[in-house]
Amino acid sequence: MNRRELMLVGGGGLLLGGCDRLNASPQFRRILQGAEPLHDASQRLVAPGLAREYRRDQMSPVFRTNGVTRPASAEYQAHAATNFVKWRLMVDGLVARPLSLSLRDLGAFPQRAQITRHDCVEGWSAIGKWQGAVLGDVLKAAGLSDQARYIVFHCADDSNGVPYYESIDLYDAFHPQTILALLMNDRRLPMGHGAPVRLRVERQLGYKHAKFVMRIEARARIDDLNGGKGGYWEDVAGYQWYAGI
Amino acid sequence: MILSSAVPTSNAEAVAGGDPDPGDLVKRHRLSTRLWHWLNVVTLAVMMMSGLMIFNAHPRLYWGHFGANADPAWFEIGSTETSGFVVAGPLRVETNGVLGRWTDQDGKVQRRAFPHWITIPSRYNLADARLWHLAFAWVLGVSLLIYMIASLWNRHFQRDLTISRAEIRPSHVWADIKDHARLRFPTGAAALRYNILQKLSYGMVLFVLLPLIIFTGLAMSPALGSGWQWLLDIFGGRQSARSLHFIAMVALIGFFIVHVAMVVLAGPINELRSMISGYYRLPGKQADAEEVAP
Repeated sequence: MNRRELMLVGGGGLLLGGCDRLNASPQFRRILQGAEPLHDASQRLVAPGLAREYRRDQMSPVFRTNGVTRPASAEYQAHAATNFVKWRLMVDGLVARPLSLSLRDLGAFPQRAQITRHDCVEGWSAIGKWQGAVLGDVLKAAGLSDQARYIVFHCADDSNGVPYYESIDLYDAFHPQTILALLMNDRRLPMGHGAPVRLRVERQLGYKHAKFVMRIEARARIDDLNGGKGGYWEDVAGYQWYAGI
Repeated sequence: MILSSAVPTSNAEAVAGGDPDPGDLVKRHRLSTRLWHWLNVVTLAVMMMSGLMIFNAHPRLYWGHFGANADPAWFEIGSTETSGFVVAGPLRVETNGVLGRWTDQDGKVQRRAFPHWITIPSRYNLADARLWHLAFAWVLGVSLLIYMIASLWNRHFQRDLTISRAEIRPSHVWADIKDHARLRFPTGAAALRYNILQKLSYGMVLFVLLPLIIFTGLAMSPALGSGWQWLLDIFGGRQSARSLHFIAMVALIGFFIVHVAMVVLAGPINELRSMISGYYRLPGKQADAEEVAP
């Protein structure tokens, strides 16, 4: 190592020691976390609207899977082994009429097909075609209560016993591109991509797009649920609940 | 002393009467410039270091709208069991120990792109890096906007950064390049003016690189890319925006290295004082520049 490299490493080390200490400070983290509601409010204010929809020839040749690709639960495995014929999607919580929907029931809702881009928080993107029931229609059928502020998606998969779940607010729940996807690239949703139903919430990053959805729950608050941050990755790793950036 | 937009025929040219003499302590930088400058030192360092950690989560770059592991990357920092490497287009460089594969603060070998001594935080953590990056992004964007408005208002841009037709003549630019290469810096009142290479590099940073890095950053947001689809179109897709974001970062580091080198060569104490207190001691002839600097 020459002198300049040594100075660079030494200076970087000093700066980093300070940054790591700041990173561990709850007060400093609260300041940084103050940016999240700013992102939410400003992005919806200045750039409302639909996510880009692509042409068929712009689709990724390979759409990689991510996260859990095969839920371990015996209940899920039994459904998968029988083609999800006995599987039902529960829609409950703050609704007037709780629903129990089969795949056929979900297919009877007005369907929306969209070729959209999936952006992982890690940085990669893949473009695929998704088709399914518009979430807003399903929620209307259940009769959402006035008290409902969040829609929570409880999933079949877990990591080391911690179940996956996600939540969105009503802005995204009633966004016209927010769908419960049954088909991917014109075929039944593969297990690796969340069979039998995956949420598509196109204005946010990949971890919000809950796979293996078993139950949809309307809630007034999410801070009293599981880890209190509104989602698996939010609880476990500290990812932002609002993932518009 | 207000800078004039007239072009000196040579750096040593005597300037019109009333100008300060070599050795005089004169006002050089406004408060707005000094505040923004030092805020940038912090903000850009945090943005770069937290950005490199975010890059570590997926150390590959692509062109176009999509790009993931199965797609061809034009840039990649990777590793094997025994070495680290960087691939850029057709080039492949072994970077074991620095990039791709390195030893962390606990003496453990890590196979990540950028090493612990240049990332925030120092241990792999995408969530925390995003927390820093996306908060400081507001500081970077808002302070640049305020600085631009202030500099148009107080006519700093018009007076000091406007390039005249005579200045941009190839012969003049070439003369300035030769002066820089021989480390001949302007003396007397001429040292108060930005020369053409300074104007070009500061203009490049202010009006090209910083806006580019901000707007490519915004283009990566799935929410902004929805309402503002033109963001995706001007950069040729989200993954192209991510690549350009990285390239703009490398260019800013290039500017930083040259900038610091020039400050050191031109007299670091005098230059630093002028960016802290605003006051600059006018250098005399090159030979006695050392004596003038305190």
